[in-house]
Amino acid sequence: MEFFSNANDFLMWTKGSAFTIAVSIFIVGVLVRLLEILLLGRKTDYSEPRGTEWKGGLKNIISRSVVDKGTFKRAPFVIVVGYIWHIAFLVVLLFFVPHIELIKAILGLQWPGLATPLVDAFAVVAIVSMLAMLWHRMTHPVMKFLTTYEDYLVWLVTFLPLITGYIAFHRMIAPYPLALGLHILSVEILLIVFPFSKLMHAFTLFIARWYTGAMMGRKGIES
Amino acid sequence: MSKLNLEQGINALKEQIDGPTAAFFSSCVHCGLCAEACLFYTETNDPKYTPINKVEPLRRVWESEYTLFGKLKKALGLSKPVTDEMLSEWETLIYDGCTLCGRCSMVCPVGNDITGMIRKVREGLVASDHAPEGLVGASTRAVKIGSPMGVRLKALSAQIKHIEKDTGLTIPIDVEGADYMALLSSMEIINFPEYIESLAKIFKQANVTWTISSEAFEATNSGIQIGSSDIARELVQRVVDAAEKLKVKTVISPECGHAYTAIRWEGPNLIGRPYPFKVIHILELLDELQQSGRLKTAGKLAKKLTFHDPCQIVRKGGVEAQPRRLLNSVSSNFVEMSEHGNMNWCCGGGGGVSANERADELRLKVFNRKKIQLEEVNVEVMVTACANCRLVLEEGLEENNMDMPVIGLTELISEHLLEDRE
Repeated sequence: MEFFSNANDFLMWTKGSAFTIAVSIFIVGVLVRLLEILLLGRKTDYSEPRGTEWKGGLKNIISRSVVDKGTFKRAPFVIVVGYIWHIAFLVVLLFFVPHIELIKAILGLQWPGLATPLVDAFAVVAIVSMLAMLWHRMTHPVMKFLTTYEDYLVWLVTFLPLITGYIAFHRMIAPYPLALGLHILSVEILLIVFPFSKLMHAFTLFIARWYTGAMMGRKGIES
Repeated sequence: MSKLNLEQGINALKEQIDGPTAAFFSSCVHCGLCAEACLFYTETNDPKYTPINKVEPLRRVWESEYTLFGKLKKALGLSKPVTDEMLSEWETLIYDGCTLCGRCSMVCPVGNDITGMIRKVREGLVASDHAPEGLVGASTRAVKIGSPMGVRLKALSAQIKHIEKDTGLTIPIDVEGADYMALLSSMEIINFPEYIESLAKIFKQANVTWTISSEAFEATNSGIQIGSSDIARELVQRVVDAAEKLKVKTVISPECGHAYTAIRWEGPNLIGRPYPFKVIHILELLDELQQSGRLKTAGKLAKKLTFHDPCQIVRKGGVEAQPRRLLNSVSSNFVEMSEHGNMNWCCGGGGGVSANERADELRLKVFNRKKIQLEEVNVEVMVTACANCRLVLEEGLEENNMDMPVIGLTELISEHLLEDRE
């Protein structure tokens, strides 16, 4: 890493070569991981199907987002906070005007953003829900038992872009280019960690749901 | 335990890894919801029974052998290997603390078929000599004698003679060209011969041509339970050979949960080709016969009853509507348990657990889940469609001083046959 004589240089670096490196690692990494899964394939199933795989698979991709009543009663916290977190995060990521402008600059796609104070509120919700999930992970017996160092690392690299984004937006660190640079850098760290961690679920859950749904569809099981 | 065994176990695990497995492991976020779907966790509060924890040996093999990053970690000595001690520890989780009921696979929010992976881990445990004695004994008897309970043709013939004498009906044996070949589970032959009697009565009324093969009457597949594809294949092959020899159109899977999974879903893949005959579960057949008007019942049982869905038939087999239509045709007071059908709770004895004596205490403990469900509906009679569930339920009820008969659905239908009432 080069030496930055001032905050502007640092910001330019995060927007320039660091960004290119991070995005490249992200794209290549994700593609490799997806190929690792898809190339394994499945053995031919010779059993006589009762239903169709594609119907069950497509249905399961949607229906798995809704939990059954019994499980909801037994674990309301994970489900409610899980939903709140994902929604708040996606709103902040996809409907904050500067984010949309960045996406437009890179991909040429654009859509209307939400009012900034509203996005700000969602950011607070996302931050609070992440803290709540961390607390849950550290206290619930099953979560404590399952948690590995990777879970904490993933939590951290997801939390940093949120908190640095909030700090930059509210000008809580001066000068502003430093605050923004830190935010962009934290996103780059997230992008680099992504393909090597459980963050991959953002892509692979659709494959997982499809495979399980297809198996159930074939057997005529309602999933 | 020898090094060779461990190697064989790890190789068996490697062979089990496919696209779905890789997608499942890549997707798990350690949310812990699968624990809430598992009666071994809900009734013990011990986190080690969390379903995704049970597949850790498979996950380690996948990570270190099938991912670039994992291979790198392995090369640097950073990955946790699968050891013999680990497999010994996991043996009790996999065989005593899991009935392969499939409930976790319904609940996982990223859609992981966790049960399917636990089934795969069993292949590795068998190959590394880590299967429990009870199951090893059952599968050895199944291969050598033809039945996990050691039931020979002589015993079946004796039961058949009894039934023929009592009812005046003929139980057809080795009839070539019959439409249907019925399979039986050892438990039905020994504990519930009324199932065979019910078949004879129902098929006579519905005018069904059927037979039992003297060479392959056993439906139970201990290979599936212990998790050995080799044993499972051999047992399936016997049924296939008999069905082909007798040139039957359809093989009937009996009121036994895992037998259905074995012959209907896993069988063709074990022998590596489609069958030249169909496989139907007895409940599917009874429903078909009733819908087409060939099976007629009269009168309805007024006692309040509920239906215990055998996991392998419903959640993992897709036979859910049929038992309900059948029950409603002979009962005027059928109520569902709060979580039923696809989301039913296991009796606690499936997946070979009831054949594994070491697990008895744990099995009776987790029966508490069924007890709670039963107390909610407050029924007089329990109906099910699996001889193993039936035995496990009877034992659990007795242990909890709950006085309630458990009836097989086929038997209940046969008791209400129209001609019987005339």
